[in-house]
Amino acid sequence: MWFEQVLFFIVAAGALAGALGVVMLRNPFYCVLALVVHLVALAALFLLLQAAFLAAAQVVVYAGAVMVLYIFVVAYIGGQDEALRPDDSLISSFGPLFAAAIGVELCFALIGTGLETLDTRGADVGPGFGSPGEIGSLLLRRFLVPFEAASYLLLVAAVGAVVLARKRRGIEEAPPAPQPEPPPTETLEVRV
Amino acid sequence: MDIVWFLVLSAFIFCIGAAGVIVRRDPLVILLCLELMLNGGNLALISFSRMHGSEAGQVFALIVMVIAACEVVIGLGIIVAMYRNRLRIDVDEMSELRG
Repeated sequence: MWFEQVLFFIVAAGALAGALGVVMLRNPFYCVLALVVHLVALAALFLLLQAAFLAAAQVVVYAGAVMVLYIFVVAYIGGQDEALRPDDSLISSFGPLFAAAIGVELCFALIGTGLETLDTRGADVGPGFGSPGEIGSLLLRRFLVPFEAASYLLLVAAVGAVVLARKRRGIEEAPPAPQPEPPPTETLEVRV
Repeated sequence: MDIVWFLVLSAFIFCIGAAGVIVRRDPLVILLCLELMLNGGNLALISFSRMHGSEAGQVFALIVMVIAACEVVIGLGIIVAMYRNRLRIDVDEMSELRG
């Protein structure tokens, strides 16, 4: 089906452009916006793979909630441009090489695994594949324990974030206003 | 549409994210690049789930999304705590975890 292929290449280009934007843009605010583009493109890819529920979850949870959290934090800490490393830094030349090596290795591994389905469109699945009902029944029957563990993990993470980001030891408190000197009174000094 | 295309795209997304984690200095952007890596993994999981016609891979991807949300929340909490403590938001400058 040519329509599906055209859609795949448009959306894949969008996903790659978003990913490159995250890595290359210097202002963190623009990085977050590039990641939103990437996530929406990825949701379209999930739809092409007949994962309708995950596509919806990707848009609502990731592109909606998590990215709003990022935007808030970027706005809170200022979001100034990142300083560049010096040009002769080892990391900035080693990093892309390392990533290219990982990419080549992953391509070999994944294509080797996928070779058995080369030129096929995957297993025959019914129209209900990946629908919310099927995912929900899997989550509540076969994967009940991971589901519950994930809910506890979310709770722990939420409590941990509150503990981490709370105001601590008065660092942000304004210096106390100068109190008028109390009139000297006789004080009883207690020595222990 | 051939499944292998999706797998190659997921490998590219993963290694772009890995490059970002290594090269960038702002911990906020490093968290974003970690998201990229997790999303590459998610795309591979869903492709394999489509390839084998089993929905277990989609449930795995859902759990990965939960893990990613937890990681984001904790990471952003740490960054806000660093900002409150007047530390520079730069991974090259950070060498100790003591609050």
